[in-house]
Amino acid sequence: MGASLAPVFEPGFFTSPPVLVAVTVGGVVAVVSAVVGTFTVLRGQSFAGHALADVGSAGGSAALLAGVPTLSGFVVFNVLAAAVMELIGLRRPRGRDLATGVVLGASLGLAALFLYEDTVSSNTTGATVNVLFGSVFTLSPGLVPVVVALGAVSVALVVLLYRPLVLSSVSDELAAARGVRVRLVGAGYLLALALAVSLSAVTIGAILSTALLVGPAASALRVASRLATALVVAAATGVGATWLGILVAYDSVDWTGGSGWPVSFCIVATVFLVYAASGLPGRVRRARRPAGPRTVGPVVGSLARPEPDVEPGPPETTGEG
Amino acid sequence: MLEVEEVSAAFGARAVLDRVSFSVAAGELCGLIGTNGAGKTTLMKVVLGLLPTGGGRVRVSGRVRTRSGADIGYVPQKIQLEPDAPIRVRDLVALGIDGHRLGVPLGSRRRRRAVDEMLDAVGVSRLANARVGTLSGGEQQRVMIAHALVARPSLLLLDEPLANLDMRAVDDVVALLARIAADQGVAVLLSAHDVNPLLPVMDRVVYLASGHAASGTTGQVIRADVLSRLYGHPIRVVQAEGRVLVLAGGPEPSGVAANGCGASGAGDC
Repeated sequence: MGASLAPVFEPGFFTSPPVLVAVTVGGVVAVVSAVVGTFTVLRGQSFAGHALADVGSAGGSAALLAGVPTLSGFVVFNVLAAAVMELIGLRRPRGRDLATGVVLGASLGLAALFLYEDTVSSNTTGATVNVLFGSVFTLSPGLVPVVVALGAVSVALVVLLYRPLVLSSVSDELAAARGVRVRLVGAGYLLALALAVSLSAVTIGAILSTALLVGPAASALRVASRLATALVVAAATGVGATWLGILVAYDSVDWTGGSGWPVSFCIVATVFLVYAASGLPGRVRRARRPAGPRTVGPVVGSLARPEPDVEPGPPETTGEG
Repeated sequence: MLEVEEVSAAFGARAVLDRVSFSVAAGELCGLIGTNGAGKTTLMKVVLGLLPTGGGRVRVSGRVRTRSGADIGYVPQKIQLEPDAPIRVRDLVALGIDGHRLGVPLGSRRRRRAVDEMLDAVGVSRLANARVGTLSGGEQQRVMIAHALVARPSLLLLDEPLANLDMRAVDDVVALLARIAADQGVAVLLSAHDVNPLLPVMDRVVYLASGHAASGTTGQVIRADVLSRLYGHPIRVVQAEGRVLVLAGGPEPSGVAANGCGASGAGDC
Protein backbone atom coordinates (compact mmCIF):
# COMPACT_ATOMS: atom_id res chain seq x y z
CA MET A 1 0.00 0.00 0.00
CA GLY A 2 1.51 3.23 1.18
CA ALA A 3 2.63 5.65 -1.46
CA SER A 4 0.88 4.12 -4.47
CA LEU A 5 -2.54 4.08 -2.80
CA ALA A 6 -2.18 7.45 -1.12
CA PRO A 7 -4.38 9.24 -3.67
CA VAL A 8 -7.18 6.73 -2.99
CA PHE A 9 -6.98 6.52 0.78
CA GLU A 10 -6.30 9.97 2.12
CA PRO A 11 -3.96 10.11 5.14
CA GLY A 12 -5.46 8.86 8.37
CA PHE A 13 -8.25 6.77 6.82
CA PHE A 14 -7.07 3.53 8.42
CA THR A 15 -6.16 5.00 11.80
CA SER A 16 -8.99 7.41 12.51
CA PRO A 17 -11.27 5.96 15.23
CA PRO A 18 -14.47 7.50 13.79
CA VAL A 19 -13.66 5.92 10.41
CA LEU A 20 -13.13 2.52 12.02
CA VAL A 21 -16.49 2.75 13.79
CA ALA A 22 -18.12 3.92 10.55
CA VAL A 23 -16.60 1.08 8.53
CA THR A 24 -17.63 -1.54 11.11
CA VAL A 25 -21.16 -0.28 11.66
CA GLY A 26 -21.61 0.45 7.95
CA GLY A 27 -20.48 -3.06 7.01
CA VAL A 28 -22.71 -4.85 9.50
CA VAL A 29 -25.73 -2.70 8.69
CA ALA A 30 -25.22 -3.15 4.95
CA VAL A 31 -25.28 -6.94 5.29
CA VAL A 32 -28.39 -6.92 7.50
CA SER A 33 -30.20 -4.45 5.23
CA ALA A 34 -29.35 -6.46 2.13
CA VAL A 35 -30.54 -9.79 3.55
CA VAL A 36 -33.78 -8.39 4.97
CA GLY A 37 -34.22 -6.09 1.96
CA THR A 38 -34.07 -8.95 -0.55
CA PHE A 39 -37.18 -10.41 1.10
CA THR A 40 -38.75 -6.93 1.26
CA VAL A 41 -38.49 -6.67 -2.51
CA LEU A 42 -39.55 -10.29 -3.05
CA ARG A 43 -42.64 -9.80 -0.85
CA GLY A 44 -43.50 -6.42 -2.37
CA GLN A 45 -43.24 -4.67 1.01
CA SER A 46 -40.97 -1.80 0.01
CA PHE A 47 -43.68 0.65 0.99
CA ALA A 48 -43.85 -0.83 4.50
CA GLY A 49 -40.05 -0.55 4.71
CA HIS A 50 -40.13 3.10 3.73
CA ALA A 51 -43.00 3.81 6.11
CA LEU A 52 -41.06 2.26 8.99
CA ALA A 53 -38.12 4.48 8.11
CA ASP A 54 -40.30 7.59 8.29
CA VAL A 55 -41.80 6.42 11.57
CA GLY A 56 -38.23 6.02 12.79
CA SER A 57 -37.65 9.75 12.29
CA ALA A 58 -40.22 10.39 15.03
CA GLY A 59 -38.42 7.86 17.26
CA GLY A 60 -34.97 9.28 16.60
CA SER A 61 -36.06 12.85 17.28
CA ALA A 62 -37.91 11.77 20.46
CA ALA A 63 -34.72 10.04 21.63
CA LEU A 64 -32.68 13.19 21.09
CA LEU A 65 -35.23 15.16 23.07
CA ALA A 66 -35.02 12.62 25.89
CA GLY A 67 -31.24 12.64 25.76
CA VAL A 68 -30.81 8.94 24.86
CA PRO A 69 -29.06 7.46 21.79
CA THR A 70 -31.11 7.85 18.60
CA LEU A 71 -30.81 4.11 17.89
CA SER A 72 -32.99 3.31 20.89
CA GLY A 73 -35.63 5.72 19.59
CA PHE A 74 -35.51 4.17 16.12
CA VAL A 75 -35.85 0.63 17.49
CA VAL A 76 -38.71 1.38 19.92
CA PHE A 77 -40.77 3.38 17.41
CA ASN A 78 -40.16 0.99 14.52
CA VAL A 79 -41.06 -2.12 16.46
CA LEU A 80 -44.20 -0.45 17.83
CA ALA A 81 -45.15 0.78 14.37
CA ALA A 82 -44.61 -2.70 12.92
CA ALA A 83 -46.90 -4.12 15.60
CA VAL A 84 -49.61 -1.54 14.88
CA MET A 85 -49.35 -2.14 11.14
CA GLU A 86 -49.68 -5.87 11.76
CA LEU A 87 -52.66 -5.44 14.08
CA ILE A 88 -54.75 -3.13 11.92
CA GLY A 89 -53.68 -4.53 8.55
CA LEU A 90 -54.26 -7.85 6.82
CA ARG A 91 -58.01 -8.04 7.45
CA ARG A 92 -58.79 -7.13 3.88
CA PRO A 93 -56.67 -7.21 0.74
CA ARG A 94 -55.69 -3.54 0.73
CA GLY A 95 -55.57 -3.45 4.51
CA ARG A 96 -51.82 -3.56 4.76
CA ASP A 97 -51.20 -0.53 2.55
CA LEU A 98 -53.93 1.50 4.22
CA ALA A 99 -52.71 0.58 7.71
CA THR A 100 -49.18 1.50 6.70
CA GLY A 101 -50.31 4.84 5.33
CA VAL A 102 -52.28 5.75 8.45
CA VAL A 103 -49.40 4.92 10.81
CA LEU A 104 -47.01 6.77 8.52
CA GLY A 105 -49.00 9.99 8.48
CA ALA A 106 -49.44 10.06 12.24
CA SER A 107 -45.76 9.51 12.94
CA LEU A 108 -44.51 12.10 10.48
CA GLY A 109 -46.67 14.57 12.38
CA LEU A 110 -44.99 13.49 15.61
CA ALA A 111 -41.58 13.82 13.96
CA ALA A 112 -42.43 17.40 12.98
CA LEU A 113 -43.28 18.18 16.60
CA PHE A 114 -40.21 16.50 18.12
CA LEU A 115 -37.78 17.94 15.57
CA TYR A 116 -39.20 21.40 16.23
CA GLU A 117 -38.68 20.93 19.97
CA ASP A 118 -35.15 19.56 19.34
CA THR A 119 -34.30 22.61 17.27
CA VAL A 120 -35.72 25.01 19.84
CA SER A 121 -33.95 23.36 22.78
CA SER A 122 -30.56 22.94 21.10
CA ASN A 123 -30.80 26.16 19.12
CA THR A 124 -29.29 24.46 16.06
CA THR A 125 -30.60 22.43 13.14
CA GLY A 126 -27.97 19.73 13.78
CA ALA A 127 -30.49 17.40 15.40
CA THR A 128 -32.79 17.51 12.40
CA VAL A 129 -30.00 16.72 9.96
CA ASN A 130 -28.66 13.98 12.21
CA VAL A 131 -31.99 12.18 12.58
CA LEU A 132 -33.20 12.55 9.01
CA PHE A 133 -29.94 12.16 7.10
CA GLY A 134 -27.62 10.49 9.61
CA SER A 135 -23.92 10.78 10.09
CA VAL A 136 -22.06 7.53 10.44
CA PHE A 137 -18.84 9.35 11.41
CA THR A 138 -20.39 10.66 14.63
CA LEU A 139 -21.40 7.28 16.11
CA SER A 140 -19.87 6.33 19.44
CA PRO A 141 -17.69 3.18 19.58
CA GLY A 142 -19.93 1.85 22.34
CA LEU A 143 -22.68 1.45 19.75
CA VAL A 144 -20.82 -1.24 17.81
CA PRO A 145 -21.80 -4.25 19.99
CA VAL A 146 -25.42 -3.08 20.07
CA VAL A 147 -25.53 -2.80 16.30
CA VAL A 148 -23.97 -6.25 15.90
CA ALA A 149 -26.44 -7.81 18.36
CA LEU A 150 -29.56 -6.23 16.81
CA GLY A 151 -28.30 -7.13 13.34
CA ALA A 152 -27.78 -10.73 14.41
CA VAL A 153 -31.35 -10.94 15.75
CA SER A 154 -32.74 -9.53 12.50
CA VAL A 155 -30.79 -11.91 10.26
CA ALA A 156 -31.50 -14.87 12.55
CA LEU A 157 -35.23 -14.22 12.23
CA VAL A 158 -34.98 -14.25 8.43
CA VAL A 159 -32.91 -17.44 8.45
CA LEU A 160 -35.38 -19.12 10.81
CA LEU A 161 -38.39 -18.13 8.69
CA TYR A 162 -36.62 -18.64 5.34
CA ARG A 163 -38.73 -21.41 3.76
CA PRO A 164 -42.18 -20.26 4.98
CA LEU A 165 -41.27 -16.72 3.90
CA VAL A 166 -40.44 -17.87 0.38
CA LEU A 167 -43.55 -20.04 0.23
CA SER A 168 -45.83 -17.19 1.32
CA SER A 169 -44.09 -14.89 -1.16
CA VAL A 170 -45.26 -17.30 -3.87
CA SER A 171 -48.81 -17.33 -2.46
CA ASP A 172 -50.13 -16.70 1.04
CA GLU A 173 -53.01 -19.03 0.31
CA LEU A 174 -50.64 -21.81 -0.75
CA ALA A 175 -48.54 -21.38 2.41
CA ALA A 176 -51.66 -21.43 4.58
CA ALA A 177 -52.88 -24.58 2.85
CA ARG A 178 -49.58 -26.25 3.71
CA GLY A 179 -50.12 -25.49 7.39
CA VAL A 180 -47.87 -22.42 7.58
CA ARG A 181 -49.15 -19.86 10.07
CA VAL A 182 -48.91 -17.08 7.54
CA ARG A 183 -49.78 -14.29 9.91
CA LEU A 184 -47.16 -15.31 12.46
CA VAL A 185 -44.51 -15.60 9.77
CA GLY A 186 -45.49 -12.16 8.44
CA ALA A 187 -45.28 -10.65 11.91
CA GLY A 188 -41.86 -12.22 12.51
CA TYR A 189 -40.63 -10.82 9.22
CA LEU A 190 -42.00 -7.36 10.03
CA LEU A 191 -40.01 -7.44 13.29
CA ALA A 192 -36.83 -8.28 11.36
CA LEU A 193 -37.66 -5.43 8.98
CA ALA A 194 -38.20 -2.98 11.85
CA LEU A 195 -34.78 -3.84 13.29
CA ALA A 196 -33.03 -3.62 9.92
CA VAL A 197 -34.62 -0.23 9.18
CA SER A 198 -33.57 1.06 12.62
CA LEU A 199 -29.97 0.04 11.99
CA SER A 200 -30.02 1.55 8.54
CA ALA A 201 -31.53 4.75 9.95
CA VAL A 202 -28.73 5.17 12.47
CA THR A 203 -26.19 4.73 9.67
CA ILE A 204 -27.52 6.89 6.84
CA GLY A 205 -30.49 8.61 8.47
CA ALA A 206 -34.16 7.77 8.81
CA ILE A 207 -35.23 9.28 5.50
CA LEU A 208 -32.45 7.63 3.49
CA SER A 209 -32.52 4.23 5.19
CA THR A 210 -34.74 2.67 2.51
CA ALA A 211 -31.93 3.19 0.01
CA LEU A 212 -29.72 0.70 1.83
CA LEU A 213 -32.64 -1.68 2.38
CA VAL A 214 -34.02 -1.81 -1.14
CA GLY A 215 -31.20 -0.58 -3.40
CA PRO A 216 -28.70 -3.47 -3.11
CA ALA A 217 -31.53 -6.02 -3.07
CA ALA A 218 -33.10 -4.58 -6.21
CA SER A 219 -29.71 -4.57 -7.94
CA ALA A 220 -29.13 -8.20 -6.96
CA LEU A 221 -32.52 -9.34 -8.27
CA ARG A 222 -31.60 -7.91 -11.66
CA VAL A 223 -28.60 -10.17 -12.02
CA ALA A 224 -29.22 -13.29 -9.90
CA SER A 225 -31.80 -15.97 -10.68
CA ARG A 226 -31.36 -17.89 -7.39
CA LEU A 227 -32.42 -16.54 -4.04
CA ALA A 228 -29.22 -17.67 -2.31
CA THR A 229 -27.13 -15.95 -4.99
CA ALA A 230 -29.27 -12.83 -4.77
CA LEU A 231 -28.71 -12.65 -1.00
CA VAL A 232 -24.93 -12.91 -1.40
CA VAL A 233 -24.83 -10.40 -4.27
CA ALA A 234 -27.04 -7.97 -2.34
CA ALA A 235 -24.87 -8.21 0.77
CA ALA A 236 -21.66 -7.74 -1.21
CA THR A 237 -23.19 -4.83 -3.14
CA GLY A 238 -24.43 -3.17 0.04
CA VAL A 239 -21.12 -3.50 1.87
CA GLY A 240 -19.16 -2.35 -1.19
CA ALA A 241 -21.37 0.68 -1.74
CA THR A 242 -21.31 1.63 1.93
CA TRP A 243 -17.54 1.39 2.27
CA LEU A 244 -16.98 3.19 -1.01
CA GLY A 245 -19.34 5.93 0.14
CA ILE A 246 -17.47 6.27 3.44
CA LEU A 247 -14.16 6.48 1.58
CA VAL A 248 -15.44 9.09 -0.86
CA ALA A 249 -16.88 11.17 1.98
CA TYR A 250 -13.58 10.98 3.87
CA ASP A 251 -11.52 11.89 0.84
CA SER A 252 -13.92 14.63 -0.23
CA VAL A 253 -12.84 16.74 2.72
CA ASP A 254 -9.53 17.27 0.94
CA TRP A 255 -11.07 17.65 -2.52
CA THR A 256 -13.42 20.38 -1.37
CA GLY A 257 -10.89 22.13 0.80
CA GLY A 258 -12.36 21.29 4.20
CA SER A 259 -16.12 20.99 4.16
CA GLY A 260 -16.49 17.62 2.38
CA TRP A 261 -19.70 15.93 1.26
CA PRO A 262 -22.17 14.31 3.66
CA VAL A 263 -21.33 10.63 4.05
CA SER A 264 -24.98 9.59 3.66
CA PHE A 265 -25.08 11.31 0.28
CA CYS A 266 -21.96 9.47 -0.82
CA ILE A 267 -23.36 6.06 0.24
CA VAL A 268 -26.78 6.59 -1.33
CA ALA A 269 -25.24 7.92 -4.55
CA THR A 270 -23.05 4.82 -4.80
CA VAL A 271 -26.05 2.54 -4.18
CA PHE A 272 -27.94 4.32 -6.95
CA LEU A 273 -25.06 4.06 -9.42
CA VAL A 274 -24.75 0.32 -8.72
CA TYR A 275 -28.49 -0.10 -9.31
CA ALA A 276 -28.26 1.78 -12.61
CA ALA A 277 -25.29 -0.35 -13.68
CA SER A 278 -27.04 -3.60 -12.70
CA GLY A 279 -29.64 -2.97 -15.41
CA LEU A 280 -26.99 -3.10 -18.13
CA PRO A 281 -26.54 -6.90 -18.44
CA GLY A 282 -30.27 -7.38 -18.99
CA ARG A 283 -30.40 -4.61 -21.58
CA VAL A 284 -27.47 -6.09 -23.46
CA ARG A 285 -29.09 -9.55 -23.43
CA ARG A 286 -32.38 -8.18 -24.72
CA ALA A 287 -30.69 -6.11 -27.40
CA ARG A 288 -28.81 -9.14 -28.72
CA ARG A 289 -31.87 -11.37 -28.90
CA PRO A 290 -33.98 -11.07 -32.06
CA ALA A 291 -37.57 -10.06 -31.42
CA GLY A 292 -39.85 -13.09 -31.06
CA PRO A 293 -43.31 -13.45 -32.57
CA ARG A 294 -45.83 -11.06 -31.10
CA THR A 295 -48.11 -12.23 -28.38
CA VAL A 296 -51.46 -13.56 -29.48
CA GLY A 297 -54.33 -11.50 -28.15
CA PRO A 298 -56.74 -12.75 -25.52
CA VAL A 299 -59.02 -15.62 -26.44
CA VAL A 300 -62.28 -14.19 -27.72
CA GLY A 301 -65.82 -15.41 -27.88
CA SER A 302 -65.31 -18.05 -25.23
CA LEU A 303 -68.53 -19.29 -23.71
CA ALA A 304 -66.28 -21.54 -21.74
CA ARG A 305 -64.96 -18.97 -19.34
CA PRO A 306 -67.59 -16.26 -19.04
CA GLU A 307 -65.85 -13.96 -16.62
CA PRO A 308 -62.44 -14.04 -15.06
CA ASP A 309 -62.32 -14.11 -11.27
CA VAL A 310 -59.01 -12.34 -11.31
CA GLU A 311 -57.10 -10.05 -13.58
CA PRO A 312 -55.99 -12.00 -16.60
CA GLY A 313 -52.45 -13.29 -16.36
CA PRO A 314 -49.85 -12.73 -19.02
CA PRO A 315 -51.25 -13.93 -22.33
CA GLU A 316 -49.84 -17.16 -23.65
CA THR A 317 -47.28 -16.66 -26.36
CA THR A 318 -46.93 -18.87 -29.35
CA GLY A 319 -43.20 -19.22 -29.15
CA GLU A 320 -40.12 -18.52 -27.12
CA GLY A 321 -40.07 -14.81 -26.73
CA MET B 1 -59.58 -40.76 -0.55
CA LEU B 2 -61.73 -37.70 -0.04
CA GLU B 3 -65.08 -37.94 1.71
CA VAL B 4 -67.16 -34.82 2.22
CA GLU B 5 -70.07 -35.61 4.53
CA GLU B 6 -72.98 -33.21 5.01
CA VAL B 7 -70.67 -30.19 5.07
CA SER B 8 -72.24 -26.79 5.74
CA ALA B 9 -70.55 -23.40 5.90
CA ALA B 10 -71.79 -19.85 6.34
CA PHE B 11 -70.46 -16.31 6.09
CA GLY B 12 -72.30 -14.49 8.84
CA ALA B 13 -75.97 -15.20 8.31
CA ARG B 14 -75.61 -16.27 4.67
CA ALA B 15 -75.36 -20.02 4.14
CA VAL B 16 -72.70 -20.70 1.49
CA LEU B 17 -72.76 -24.48 1.64
CA ASP B 18 -75.77 -26.48 2.77
CA ARG B 19 -75.15 -30.13 3.67
CA VAL B 20 -72.88 -30.92 0.73
CA SER B 21 -71.82 -34.55 0.37
CA PHE B 22 -69.66 -36.35 -2.17
CA SER B 23 -66.57 -38.49 -2.35
CA VAL B 24 -63.61 -38.93 -4.68
CA ALA B 25 -61.73 -42.23 -4.80
CA ALA B 26 -58.03 -42.78 -5.48
CA GLY B 27 -57.22 -42.40 -9.18
CA GLU B 28 -60.43 -40.51 -9.88
CA LEU B 29 -60.69 -37.06 -11.41
CA CYS B 30 -63.59 -35.01 -10.09
CA GLY B 31 -64.74 -31.62 -11.36
CA LEU B 32 -66.26 -29.10 -8.99
CA ILE B 33 -68.49 -27.05 -11.26
CA GLY B 34 -70.39 -23.86 -10.55
CA THR B 35 -70.58 -20.16 -11.28
CA ASN B 36 -68.99 -17.45 -9.15
CA GLY B 37 -70.52 -17.36 -5.72
CA ALA B 38 -71.76 -20.95 -5.92
CA GLY B 39 -69.45 -21.94 -3.06
CA LYS B 40 -66.58 -23.64 -4.94
CA THR B 41 -63.85 -21.67 -3.21
CA THR B 42 -65.50 -22.05 0.20
CA LEU B 43 -65.75 -25.80 -0.30
CA MET B 44 -62.06 -25.94 -1.31
CA LYS B 45 -61.08 -24.00 1.78
CA VAL B 46 -63.12 -26.23 4.05
CA VAL B 47 -61.48 -29.33 2.54
CA LEU B 48 -58.04 -27.74 2.96
CA GLY B 49 -58.79 -26.93 6.57
CA LEU B 50 -58.56 -23.16 6.07
CA LEU B 51 -62.20 -22.60 7.02
CA PRO B 52 -64.09 -24.34 9.80
CA THR B 53 -67.15 -26.36 8.85
CA GLY B 54 -70.48 -25.19 10.16
CA GLY B 55 -71.47 -28.85 10.39
CA GLY B 56 -70.48 -32.11 8.76
CA ARG B 57 -67.07 -33.71 8.28
CA VAL B 58 -64.24 -33.91 5.78
CA ARG B 59 -62.17 -37.10 5.70
CA VAL B 60 -58.93 -37.48 3.79
CA SER B 61 -57.55 -41.02 3.59
CA GLY B 62 -60.11 -41.98 6.21
CA ARG B 63 -59.00 -39.42 8.79
CA VAL B 64 -61.18 -36.50 9.81
CA ARG B 65 -59.43 -33.32 8.78
CA THR B 66 -59.47 -30.48 11.26
CA ARG B 67 -56.59 -28.25 10.21
CA SER B 68 -54.46 -27.46 7.19
CA GLY B 69 -51.30 -29.40 6.49
CA ALA B 70 -48.99 -30.85 3.89
CA ASP B 71 -51.03 -34.04 3.34
CA ILE B 72 -53.04 -32.41 0.53
CA GLY B 73 -51.39 -31.12 -2.65
CA TYR B 74 -52.87 -27.73 -3.47
CA VAL B 75 -52.65 -25.47 -6.51
CA PRO B 76 -54.02 -21.97 -5.86
CA GLN B 77 -55.70 -20.00 -8.62
CA LYS B 78 -52.92 -17.49 -8.86
CA ILE B 79 -49.36 -17.01 -7.67
CA GLN B 80 -47.73 -13.71 -6.88
CA LEU B 81 -44.25 -13.97 -8.43
CA GLU B 82 -42.86 -11.09 -10.48
CA PRO B 83 -40.63 -11.96 -13.45
CA ASP B 84 -37.55 -10.80 -11.49
CA ALA B 85 -38.30 -12.87 -8.39
CA PRO B 86 -35.29 -15.16 -7.90
CA ILE B 87 -37.36 -18.33 -7.51
CA ARG B 88 -36.50 -20.93 -10.11
CA VAL B 89 -38.87 -23.69 -11.19
CA ARG B 90 -36.64 -26.20 -9.38
CA ASP B 91 -36.76 -24.14 -6.15
CA LEU B 92 -40.53 -23.84 -6.19
CA VAL B 93 -41.03 -27.57 -6.73
CA ALA B 94 -38.58 -28.34 -3.92
CA LEU B 95 -40.65 -26.13 -1.60
CA GLY B 96 -43.43 -28.67 -2.14
CA ILE B 97 -41.35 -31.12 -0.10
CA ASP B 98 -40.48 -28.98 2.91
CA GLY B 99 -41.56 -25.37 2.29
CA HIS B 100 -43.64 -25.33 5.47
CA ARG B 101 -40.66 -26.12 7.71
CA LEU B 102 -38.50 -23.55 9.43
CA GLY B 103 -34.92 -22.80 8.46
CA VAL B 104 -32.99 -22.80 5.20
CA PRO B 105 -33.25 -25.76 2.81
CA LEU B 106 -30.31 -28.12 2.69
CA GLY B 107 -29.92 -29.70 -0.72
CA SER B 108 -29.67 -33.48 -0.73
CA ARG B 109 -29.38 -35.89 -3.60
CA ARG B 110 -32.70 -37.50 -2.72
CA ARG B 111 -34.45 -34.13 -2.69
CA ARG B 112 -32.95 -33.24 -6.05
CA ARG B 113 -33.96 -36.58 -7.56
CA ALA B 114 -37.54 -36.21 -6.32
CA VAL B 115 -37.72 -32.75 -7.91
CA ASP B 116 -36.22 -33.93 -11.22
CA GLU B 117 -38.66 -36.86 -11.40
CA MET B 118 -41.63 -34.61 -10.79
CA LEU B 119 -40.48 -32.01 -13.35
CA ASP B 120 -40.19 -34.83 -15.85
CA ALA B 121 -43.64 -36.20 -14.94
CA VAL B 122 -45.33 -32.87 -15.75
CA GLY B 123 -43.12 -32.19 -18.77
CA VAL B 124 -41.22 -29.08 -17.69
CA SER B 125 -37.70 -30.51 -17.23
CA ARG B 126 -36.30 -28.06 -19.76
CA LEU B 127 -37.54 -25.14 -17.64
CA ALA B 128 -35.95 -26.37 -14.40
CA ASN B 129 -33.64 -23.38 -14.05
CA ALA B 130 -35.96 -20.67 -15.39
CA ARG B 131 -37.49 -18.10 -13.05
CA VAL B 132 -41.10 -19.05 -12.35
CA GLY B 133 -42.28 -15.47 -12.90
CA THR B 134 -41.11 -15.50 -16.52
CA LEU B 135 -43.18 -18.54 -17.56
CA SER B 136 -46.47 -18.56 -19.44
CA GLY B 137 -49.72 -19.35 -17.62
CA GLY B 138 -49.80 -22.96 -18.84
CA GLU B 139 -46.17 -23.54 -17.87
CA GLN B 140 -46.74 -22.04 -14.42
CA GLN B 141 -49.75 -24.31 -13.97
CA ARG B 142 -47.59 -27.37 -14.71
CA VAL B 143 -44.91 -26.19 -12.29
CA MET B 144 -47.51 -25.66 -9.58
CA ILE B 145 -48.88 -29.16 -10.19
CA ALA B 146 -45.35 -30.54 -9.77
CA HIS B 147 -44.99 -28.50 -6.58
CA ALA B 148 -48.26 -29.90 -5.24
CA LEU B 149 -47.42 -33.51 -6.10
CA VAL B 150 -43.76 -33.79 -5.15
CA ALA B 151 -44.56 -34.77 -1.56
CA ARG B 152 -46.79 -37.59 -2.93
CA PRO B 153 -50.11 -36.58 -1.37
CA SER B 154 -53.13 -38.84 -1.80
CA LEU B 155 -55.33 -35.88 -2.78
CA LEU B 156 -54.66 -33.07 -5.25
CA LEU B 157 -56.83 -29.93 -5.10
CA LEU B 158 -56.76 -27.28 -7.83
CA ASP B 159 -58.60 -23.95 -7.66
CA GLU B 160 -59.73 -22.93 -11.17
CA PRO B 161 -56.61 -24.33 -12.89
CA LEU B 162 -58.07 -23.66 -16.34
CA ALA B 163 -58.89 -19.99 -15.79
CA ASN B 164 -56.68 -17.59 -17.76
CA LEU B 165 -55.25 -20.30 -20.02
CA ASP B 166 -55.54 -20.29 -23.78
CA MET B 167 -57.42 -23.13 -25.51
CA ARG B 168 -54.40 -25.29 -26.18
CA ALA B 169 -53.06 -24.91 -22.64
CA VAL B 170 -56.50 -25.87 -21.28
CA ASP B 171 -56.46 -29.16 -23.17
CA ASP B 172 -52.82 -29.79 -22.18
CA VAL B 173 -53.45 -29.26 -18.49
CA VAL B 174 -56.61 -31.39 -18.53
CA ALA B 175 -54.77 -34.26 -20.24
CA LEU B 176 -51.92 -33.94 -17.75
CA LEU B 177 -54.29 -34.09 -14.77
CA ALA B 178 -56.07 -37.15 -16.14
CA ARG B 179 -52.74 -38.90 -16.66
CA ILE B 180 -51.58 -38.02 -13.14
CA ALA B 181 -54.78 -39.33 -11.55
CA ALA B 182 -54.44 -42.61 -13.44
CA ASP B 183 -50.65 -43.09 -13.17
CA GLN B 184 -50.12 -42.02 -9.58
CA GLY B 185 -53.40 -43.13 -8.04
CA VAL B 186 -54.07 -39.63 -6.75
CA ALA B 187 -57.59 -38.37 -6.18
CA VAL B 188 -57.90 -35.10 -8.13
CA LEU B 189 -60.52 -32.46 -7.34
CA LEU B 190 -60.53 -29.31 -9.45
CA SER B 191 -62.94 -26.41 -9.65
CA ALA B 192 -64.05 -24.89 -12.95
CA HIS B 193 -66.70 -22.61 -14.41
CA ASP B 194 -67.29 -24.80 -17.39
CA VAL B 195 -67.79 -28.53 -17.52
CA ASN B 196 -66.84 -28.98 -21.18
CA PRO B 197 -63.03 -29.17 -21.11
CA LEU B 198 -63.36 -31.82 -18.40
CA LEU B 199 -66.08 -33.98 -20.01
CA PRO B 200 -63.69 -36.42 -21.71
CA VAL B 201 -61.71 -37.18 -18.56
CA MET B 202 -63.99 -36.61 -15.59
CA ASP B 203 -64.90 -39.69 -13.53
CA ARG B 204 -67.23 -37.72 -11.32
CA VAL B 205 -68.75 -34.26 -11.16
CA VAL B 206 -69.95 -32.16 -8.26
CA TYR B 207 -72.26 -29.43 -9.47
CA LEU B 208 -72.70 -26.55 -7.02
CA ALA B 209 -75.49 -23.99 -7.15
CA SER B 210 -76.46 -21.62 -4.36
CA GLY B 211 -74.85 -23.80 -1.72
CA HIS B 212 -76.43 -27.08 -2.79
CA ALA B 213 -74.61 -29.84 -4.59
CA ALA B 214 -75.49 -32.63 -6.99
CA SER B 215 -72.82 -35.25 -7.50
CA GLY B 216 -72.34 -38.39 -9.54
CA THR B 217 -71.16 -39.28 -13.04
CA THR B 218 -71.65 -36.60 -15.66
CA GLY B 219 -74.56 -38.58 -17.06
CA GLN B 220 -76.27 -38.58 -13.70
CA VAL B 221 -75.75 -34.90 -12.97
CA ILE B 222 -75.66 -32.86 -16.17
CA ARG B 223 -79.38 -33.35 -16.85
CA ALA B 224 -82.22 -30.88 -17.11
CA ASP B 225 -84.23 -32.42 -14.28
CA VAL B 226 -81.30 -32.68 -11.85
CA LEU B 227 -79.98 -29.19 -12.54
CA SER B 228 -83.47 -27.66 -12.49
CA ARG B 229 -83.99 -29.10 -9.03
CA LEU B 230 -80.53 -27.89 -7.96
CA TYR B 231 -81.05 -24.32 -9.17
CA GLY B 232 -84.74 -24.23 -8.22
CA HIS B 233 -85.30 -22.85 -11.70
CA PRO B 234 -86.02 -24.43 -15.10
CA ILE B 235 -82.71 -25.38 -16.73
CA ARG B 236 -82.13 -26.83 -20.17
CA VAL B 237 -79.16 -28.96 -21.16
CA VAL B 238 -78.34 -28.81 -24.86
CA GLN B 239 -75.92 -31.22 -26.48
CA ALA B 240 -73.91 -30.53 -29.58
CA GLU B 241 -70.82 -32.33 -30.90
CA GLY B 242 -70.14 -34.03 -27.59
CA ARG B 243 -70.33 -30.76 -25.70
CA VAL B 244 -73.06 -29.57 -23.41
CA LEU B 245 -74.60 -26.20 -22.94
CA VAL B 246 -76.39 -25.49 -19.68
CA LEU B 247 -79.00 -22.78 -20.22
CA ALA B 248 -81.56 -21.01 -18.10
CA GLY B 249 -85.09 -22.22 -18.89
CA GLY B 250 -87.73 -20.21 -20.69
CA PRO B 251 -89.80 -21.43 -23.62
CA GLU B 252 -88.23 -24.38 -25.35
CA PRO B 253 -87.17 -23.49 -28.89
CA SER B 254 -88.33 -25.96 -31.48
CA GLY B 255 -85.85 -28.23 -33.16
CA VAL B 256 -83.38 -28.39 -30.30
CA ALA B 257 -83.11 -31.52 -28.24
CA ALA B 258 -83.36 -30.59 -24.62
CA ASN B 259 -84.06 -33.94 -23.14
CA GLY B 260 -81.39 -33.83 -20.48
CA CYS B 261 -79.78 -37.00 -21.73
CA GLY B 262 -76.29 -37.85 -20.58
CA ALA B 263 -73.33 -35.78 -21.57
CA SER B 264 -70.55 -37.26 -23.68
CA GLY B 265 -72.19 -40.66 -23.78
CA ALA B 266 -71.44 -41.35 -20.14
CA GLY B 267 -75.08 -41.17 -19.22
CA ASP B 268 -77.59 -43.87 -18.57
CA CYS B 269 -80.77 -42.56 -20.15
